Amino acid sequence: MKRFIVLLPLLAVVVLVQLLSTWTGTQFYLTQMTMAAYYSLLIIGLCVLMGYAGQISLGHAGFFAIGGYLSAALTTHNLVAFKGVAVVRLLEGCALLQAGKDLYGGELLVVTPWAAAILAVLVAAAVAVVIGIPVLKLKGHYLAMATLGFGIIIYRLALASAWLGEADGISGVPPFVLLPGLVVRGDSAGRVQNYYIAWGVLLVGLFLLLNLIGSRVGRALRSIHGSEEAADAMGVNCARFKLQTFVLSAVFAAIAGVLLTHFNGGIGPSEAGVMKSVRYVAIVAVGGMAHLWGALIMGVLLNFLSLRGVFGTYDDAVFGFILIVIMLFAPNGILSLLASRKKRKANPQKIAANQER
Amino acid sequence: MTTELFVQYLFAGITYGSIYAIVAIGFNIIYNTTGIINFAQGEFVMLGGMIAISLLPLLPLPLAIAAAVGLTMIIGALIEMIFIRWLKSPSVLRMIIITIGISILTREAAVHIWGENIRALPYFVGNEISTIGILGARISPQVLWVVGVCGVMVAILHLFFQTSSVGREMRACAANRMAAILCGINPRNMVTLSFVLSAGMGALAGCVMSPITYSQYDMGTGLAIKGFTVAILGGLGNSGGAVVAGLLLGAIEAFSVSVVPLAFKDAISIAILLVILFVRPHGIFGSGEAARLKAF
Repeated sequence: MKRFIVLLPLLAVVVLVQLLSTWTGTQFYLTQMTMAAYYSLLIIGLCVLMGYAGQISLGHAGFFAIGGYLSAALTTHNLVAFKGVAVVRLLEGCALLQAGKDLYGGELLVVTPWAAAILAVLVAAAVAVVIGIPVLKLKGHYLAMATLGFGIIIYRLALASAWLGEADGISGVPPFVLLPGLVVRGDSAGRVQNYYIAWGVLLVGLFLLLNLIGSRVGRALRSIHGSEEAADAMGVNCARFKLQTFVLSAVFAAIAGVLLTHFNGGIGPSEAGVMKSVRYVAIVAVGGMAHLWGALIMGVLLNFLSLRGVFGTYDDAVFGFILIVIMLFAPNGILSLLASRKKRKANPQKIAANQER
Repeated sequence: MTTELFVQYLFAGITYGSIYAIVAIGFNIIYNTTGIINFAQGEFVMLGGMIAISLLPLLPLPLAIAAAVGLTMIIGALIEMIFIRWLKSPSVLRMIIITIGISILTREAAVHIWGENIRALPYFVGNEISTIGILGARISPQVLWVVGVCGVMVAILHLFFQTSSVGREMRACAANRMAAILCGINPRNMVTLSFVLSAGMGALAGCVMSPITYSQYDMGTGLAIKGFTVAILGGLGNSGGAVVAGLLLGAIEAFSVSVVPLAFKDAISIAILLVILFVRPHGIFGSGEAARLKAF
């Protein structure tokens, strides 16, 4: 219950932002806030992996793309031609397909968004397990390069597969009916509703992760970050915890990918690009690595500014610059600068004593 | 596969392989003196090619290349002095992120200076269609330039590290930093020098390859990851291994084109990287026990 109360101020801010935008007639800001919320969902998942378990991943855009691309491909590719095939008949029997009409009035038969979404997230989780088992044995440079390599492979596959739209990506992704009356779609009529859907999903995700890091698992992860050998000696199953966190963060990324793809109505290969993965890492670093709230605030803020086009053609350069400056001057994040100043004020003697030692 | 086709693929492999080997040796030089992997290594290759192309209207080709290599070396030194020199024992994660940031900033600077156009230096001898016949295959003379320059570079580097006193001092820093300090060597200068060296090598490779493979602002990442694959394959820090591994990867890539679509070429070499990292992270020539002693 106590952990639930912590979220109430955030909920109040979310509602306040919506009301403010309605009163001032600037509801168009809500579109970017919705997208920023989905990216932040990925970022808080990555934050647990990087900050708490101490494992860098330069390939998380890959998991985002697996989620987005699979749900986009399944819900747009017409299966009418394959009606006779056993698999398609089986899917139809399980009510996993929905019929419709395309733009020209032709018959359309596609996988329902729910089925596609669940499959996409499951595939992302399965890929995370298969990749994670060998990758998480690596450390430092090797881990960074291996995850970077994974991200590039996903990007290349998306770019080279005709089924995934090659360089054009996939467009015309249908709306996602979560519940009757609750639809993920990008038109202006559904703007307020989608804002609340995105932030609702983000809040639930944050709640789960806050619970996780406050629990026994969270303490185990921090001990792994401190020293794997010591954690091992204390009976923590390092490999299992690292893998579970990796899969969890991949699932968060895939869910974000699925929902954002339905919201945008499409996905392109740039979503799988290396720069996206680096950007997520940059935001986690700015937020302070092991700081879920920092990651959330920075994730929403920086993504919102970037999506509004504030940085212009210097978009990527801004993130590179942030990355370097933060890592050079404040490796524990921006918020840590404030915290350390407060601490220094509180008991200057103790700090001085520590420094002398 | 006919003999001509085989030789043709082989030379394509050797061309790319020598470039990868040079990038890998660049990784190794910096890794040996600092223990960090410089993710911005591929950017040096890009800078070398791009600067030479920009200088070409002002200078004759050899001078333009020399100036480009010199400028890139200065940039390498500046990068080390501004971002790395003053950090006190930074963690590996921090260094990874900083060098990634450097690579992004370099690339973004390049796109704002030179735009997104694909550019190329002119062929050093002849033009696009002039060829030399070797065993029935038709090879561009530029291929021989690439292989020759890379070979000479590796040989000079070897002599430099084995015989010159500065080269020996650099090796001393790599072997034991504390002992090197006690002998009066300033390890910080050696680190700067290692950045200058690998920047210069990368830039020269970027110039000779430019007529065949072209230069573009975003070529660095792909080269860096392949160079890293080669560095791992040959054993991190082992430059002789890097040459063999570079030629091997180049050949695998070249021959893979005859089996799978061209679009998957990059995916294949990265898959090789993943397999090597999982199965034999100390490389095909390195020993597992030595690798365990290194700080990753």
